[in-house]
Amino acid sequence: MKVGIAGYGAYVPIYRIEGSEVARIWGSGDEEPIKEKSVPGLDEDSLTMAYEAARGALEMAGVERSEVGAVLVGSESPPYAVKPSATVIAEALGLTPRVVAIDMEFACKAGTTAMILAAGLIAGGAIKHGLAIGTDNAQARPGDELEYTAGAGAAAYLLSGDSDRFLAVIEQAYSYVTDTPDFWRREGERYPRHAYRFTGAPAYFGHIVGAAKGLMEEAGLKPSDFDYVVFHQPNVKFPLRVAQMLGFKPEQVKPGLLSGEIGNTYAAASLIGLARVLDAAKPNQRILVVSFGSGAGSDAISLMTTDKVGTKKSSLERYLSRKEYVDYGLYAKMKGILRVA
Amino acid sequence: MKRVFVIGTGATKIGEHWDKSLRDLAVEALLAAVRDAGIDKREVQVLYVGNMMSGELQGQEHLGALVATWAGMAGVAAFKVEAACASGGAALHQAYLAAASGLYDCVAVVGVEKMTDALPNDVTSALLTAEDQEYVVFTGATFVGLNALAYRMYLSKYGVKQEDVARFAVHCHKMAVNNPYAQFRREVTLEEVMSSPLIADPIRLLECAPVGDGAAALVLCNEDFLKRSPRDVLVEVAGSAVATDILSVHERKDPLTMAGFRKAAGEAMKRAGIEASDVDVLEVHDAFTVLGILTLEALGYAPPGKGWQLVAEGELEPGGRIPTNTMGGLKARGHPVGGTGVYQVFDLVRQLRGEAGANQVEGAEIGLAQNLGGVAGTVAVHVMRRVR
Repeated sequence: MKVGIAGYGAYVPIYRIEGSEVARIWGSGDEEPIKEKSVPGLDEDSLTMAYEAARGALEMAGVERSEVGAVLVGSESPPYAVKPSATVIAEALGLTPRVVAIDMEFACKAGTTAMILAAGLIAGGAIKHGLAIGTDNAQARPGDELEYTAGAGAAAYLLSGDSDRFLAVIEQAYSYVTDTPDFWRREGERYPRHAYRFTGAPAYFGHIVGAAKGLMEEAGLKPSDFDYVVFHQPNVKFPLRVAQMLGFKPEQVKPGLLSGEIGNTYAAASLIGLARVLDAAKPNQRILVVSFGSGAGSDAISLMTTDKVGTKKSSLERYLSRKEYVDYGLYAKMKGILRVA
Repeated sequence: MKRVFVIGTGATKIGEHWDKSLRDLAVEALLAAVRDAGIDKREVQVLYVGNMMSGELQGQEHLGALVATWAGMAGVAAFKVEAACASGGAALHQAYLAAASGLYDCVAVVGVEKMTDALPNDVTSALLTAEDQEYVVFTGATFVGLNALAYRMYLSKYGVKQEDVARFAVHCHKMAVNNPYAQFRREVTLEEVMSSPLIADPIRLLECAPVGDGAAALVLCNEDFLKRSPRDVLVEVAGSAVATDILSVHERKDPLTMAGFRKAAGEAMKRAGIEASDVDVLEVHDAFTVLGILTLEALGYAPPGKGWQLVAEGELEPGGRIPTNTMGGLKARGHPVGGTGVYQVFDLVRQLRGEAGANQVEGAEIGLAQNLGGVAGTVAVHVMRRVR
């Protein structure tokens, strides 16, 4: 049974901080890795952003809420350590109580894994439609390299088995996972830690190349068969380099490459990129999405758009173009770096 | 004292070996050297492991028994030798003494360091264990900072432009292109060096030796072993010396004289019966560009303040007046700390055997390697000579 995307939504907060403003505080010998990144407002977190994105996906799909059988939320920054975000989101969207709801964590790839699992529930006949969400308010230790890129955003996909509703159909999925400790946060620690250059070749590049090659080999596809490719985007440099390693052209990558403007939105990063591509795609175009999550693994998903794609667009362009810049002080307050109690 | 010869060499490529541990690297290089020597590994009677930071970075000491065990050589006498960045050269000196004394006939040395899977702050702290903790480290100084002080002093004392010193890195990268064992097989321009990030004023990133993993090994024997097992091409350890300087730079009368190096080089050359002008190929410890220039001056190849001219005029390249770091030096071959002293001699032996490929120094007979520990607090110098 085929499973496809019937609706999608993406959300990015209004606030931005420029890379040069972070450098003003902490100094840097290098060029900043991105121009600017998104900052959540004081009343925003990974849960509220997920709700915004999911609402957009539901509205676009126009399905009966009672027929949405799953809410899978991928994030590494839930507001509660114990107590699910998925229940709050499901309740707020009016999907409770007959629903499979769960929070999932796999660093920056939990969102794509949520899609694969929701598709499995649909393909297995357990549910009719399912929501898969990637959302994060990314945390970085002040002054760390990661502070330049740790952004905030969410993306949600309403997957369905009803082919009349497909905007794009899932052709193939391929997961590639190893035990690679490149980035982690132990219980009780406030900020994650990372293994510097180890995050490059053995982690990001090794897994994305493994998943992308694995999918293309299984599906009998090559880079030129795709109109667009979206990679996990921790910065601007890595996705362009991995594209080159795999034989993709910059033109295939750039439409879905948003990290220079919104930063690394972790579990949402590749999925917001996909939303950007779907907003621009024409019928019968093939899209490859490859996430990367530290720890480590990549999900590669191949999609083919239908003639319904483009009939409805998400609110992403609006979220990207409305911007309010904050300085480091306000950023520190909004991000919770300043603690008053 | 018996004459001592190198009969086998082996090394790993230097780089980020994410899938190899310290022991993997050491065993790979050691067994390659044993194979190159054409002997049975059980003929090796004593093994010296040159390494600086295994205790800090891997939580692993007792490297003698560890490497011997994993190389399938348990039973052999084995030790770790530590002398900061000169650990490799110091281990080779010990190996030389063992064979020269006649107590052992066939000995092996492996220099190894595994750095890239440690966090940068931990590597910086581990390297600083080479400095005086009670009088220097507590101030917050780092090695690059201490070398930056010497660099600044050099520039101001002799009125030299930094570009002229930094060109040493350009030379090393050019040489490493033809070295399959090198970490960075690509050229850099002077502009790239001078615009690379500032690490400790005036030292730029591309003037610093990189962090890397690697191991190099040599099998040595004395004349008694050689009689039983003759070889075709032979390279002799013609002179081996280790000297120390006052540990911390600020305690020395003149931070730029390299007194420890002058003493070790003098002794090694005297034992070999040569002078600096007899050296055909030179390996210098260019952890930072300025150290390369200071060494050329200390050996008398150029007057003080003029060493940079040798680089600018191409005199350090094969065919030049004093071919130096012909395989890339610490800057571009790489600097796996405890491995470096052995890599230097590994590269000299390749030159003297005529196996240096595109960077071969024609007819090279005598090579000299300088290995520094700390800010030249320990210095190991080896003079190598092709004897047939």
